[in-house]
Amino acid sequence: MVSDMEKTESAQNGSTHTISLLVENKPGVLHRISGLFSRRGYNIASLTVGPTEHPEYSRMTIVVRLSSKPVEQVVRQVQKLVPVVEVRELRPEDLIERELLLVKINTPEKNHAELRALAETYEANIVDVSPDALVVEATGPAGKLDALEERLASYGIQELCRSGRIALERGFKTLAPPNLK
Amino acid sequence: MPKEKMTGAQALVRCLEAEGVDYIFGIPGGAILPIYDALFDSKKLKHVLVRHEQVAAHAAEGYAHATGRVGVCFGTSGPGATNLVTGIADAYMDSVPMVAITGNVASTLIGTDAFQEADITGITMPITKHNWLVTDVRDLARTVKEAFYVARTGRPGPVLVDIPKDIQNAEVDFEYPEAVHIPGYLPTQREEPRLKDAAVLVRGASRPVVYLGGGVRHADAHKEVFAFCELLDAPVVTTVHGKGAFPETHPLCLGMFGMHGGRYANYAVQHSDLIIALGARFDDRVTGKLATFAPEAKVVHLDIDPAEISKLVTATVPLVGNLKVLLPQLTEAVRKAFAEHRRPDQGPWKKRVQEWREKFPLKYRQEGQKHILPQTVVELLWRKTGGGKCIVTTGVGEHQMFAAQYWKTNQPRQFITSGGLGTMGFCLPASIGAQLGRPTDLVIGIDGDGSFQMTLQDLATAVDLKLPIKIFILNNLFLGMVRQWQELFYENRFSETPLTDCPDFVKLADAYGCLGLRARTVDELEPVVDRALAHKDGPCIVDVRVRRQEKVFPMVPAGAPLNDMIDGE
Repeated sequence: MVSDMEKTESAQNGSTHTISLLVENKPGVLHRISGLFSRRGYNIASLTVGPTEHPEYSRMTIVVRLSSKPVEQVVRQVQKLVPVVEVRELRPEDLIERELLLVKINTPEKNHAELRALAETYEANIVDVSPDALVVEATGPAGKLDALEERLASYGIQELCRSGRIALERGFKTLAPPNLK
Repeated sequence: MPKEKMTGAQALVRCLEAEGVDYIFGIPGGAILPIYDALFDSKKLKHVLVRHEQVAAHAAEGYAHATGRVGVCFGTSGPGATNLVTGIADAYMDSVPMVAITGNVASTLIGTDAFQEADITGITMPITKHNWLVTDVRDLARTVKEAFYVARTGRPGPVLVDIPKDIQNAEVDFEYPEAVHIPGYLPTQREEPRLKDAAVLVRGASRPVVYLGGGVRHADAHKEVFAFCELLDAPVVTTVHGKGAFPETHPLCLGMFGMHGGRYANYAVQHSDLIIALGARFDDRVTGKLATFAPEAKVVHLDIDPAEISKLVTATVPLVGNLKVLLPQLTEAVRKAFAEHRRPDQGPWKKRVQEWREKFPLKYRQEGQKHILPQTVVELLWRKTGGGKCIVTTGVGEHQMFAAQYWKTNQPRQFITSGGLGTMGFCLPASIGAQLGRPTDLVIGIDGDGSFQMTLQDLATAVDLKLPIKIFILNNLFLGMVRQWQELFYENRFSETPLTDCPDFVKLADAYGCLGLRARTVDELEPVVDRALAHKDGPCIVDVRVRRQEKVFPMVPAGAPLNDMIDGE
């Protein structure tokens, strides 16, 4: 079901790529990168940014949806930005991706047991419980979260928040240039 | 070097001196006052007071284009900084090395909508290679060092350094760094160039064309280009910024191609089986409709900017790197390939190109015309300057295209124009910068009446500096290029293009204290040109009244295939 949805989506909106960036941790860097994406017409599906093992660098994971332009063009344009130390497309077969989902379900207490069982199936946690609502937390690849989201929908989703994708390459390869290893 | 105590403003002046800056173009204002105060004591820096910051930026471009050095301009916060924006954007599109320095309100006031505050680093992010807001005076020297380095290395371009007023006043132990370390900035490429693959394509081509862009000038590689083209013995076409990259009077040179290129140049490109693009970026004004661009051609694309490779036209063999370094290597690889295998006979291709050239020359007819034709003026000026032995600057519009078509440029850095952004008003400021950068060269401007009126206030600057620039205004009392499109594509509905209320340029010149001349007829033209060229005492403005309806032909309508050209009568 999920893969079907993705297929239709990619047919309508082009291809989706995960791009990983190592950037200088300085003011305005996010603005420079998001500005480049918007003015060149690259469609951002999600963007996450956070600290790395080096305090002077941040790591960004951008999921970009491209209709006609090749992803190499995006990578090369991003590479030109001075605060971008390294950038690479992470190929789907090479990457470990995770996303965090928080979802608030508005449901009477009698359904809670059922929801707990469902959460367990998806290795999700119930992190807040009140008489007529509970909050589910789940992590995993986007596809798994999509599936969980769909299952939860019938209980009445009150509010939902997803973090966007973070990803690393499998194996020993890293993004950092030699001088940072 | 021992450290010295001084203010941020004084440190900036020392940085600019250390970078070997001679001219700065700018206007003082409240938020940049400490810098101008420090400038007052400098013996090395010469400040050119312009009358509008846009001119400061364009003059810095003209200076940079003419000399190959980094142009420098100053502006105060707010409007001073925003007035620089057009010039910065122009430099970005044409890859002109430039450092713009702006004052800003004190750092404690930033973000409070203070008087004359503008977020100029935010505004100029999309039109600079990089920009910096200096928030600590101890970062100032390093930032300026980085700014000059980024502006001139790799694919050159403009950068901006914004310095709040309190940083200018703060005390610092000054030391100018010797080395630059920017972890994310790699002006040269790491990949091994595929020279052999390129040489194989060149060797095997039976209809090759060499396509030269502004990158040849940026790399100062015209000698290397000449050697390559002579070896290939293939037709050479250029962009407007490629003019002078290869001598236009050379038999191989077909001049500019594209929207207003010669038919023969466009036909050569369209029928080629190999395009060797050197320092060019396949702009829409040269390719016409992309889907039909040179349908049978493979492409060898040599450029310093990897993001230009396969951006618009897919490169069969990309070569990323510095033209001056890579091209001689390619030349050698090609020489070797030629020695190892015979090339296909180039005779039929050269014959075909020559036939197009003879059958479809650039043409206009002055004989029997009462009015001066703009093309006549360009060709007369070219002859009167010993075959174009001078620097030409232009504005943007029909006059620019007439100049590009008829001015045969034989040397690099002699045809200075606004290509990518197409900024009207570029001519006069660029001529000021070019003349200051190359004081012994003759500088003439070929401008239009609409274009000239966009920056004419800076006649005052040229007069002030007694610059012997000569601006020839090809005056058709129209926004001519727009009028041309209205005539061709909008059923002669001349909406807001007549400029019949044009001021008297001779009186205007007089008001500014410079020589003003006018030519209305063909008979008047030559004596007026002679008089203008002989005038050495300050600038000269020549109002040349040209035929109002004259259009630039041939022309590829926007979005049409490159070989689908329309002609005039």
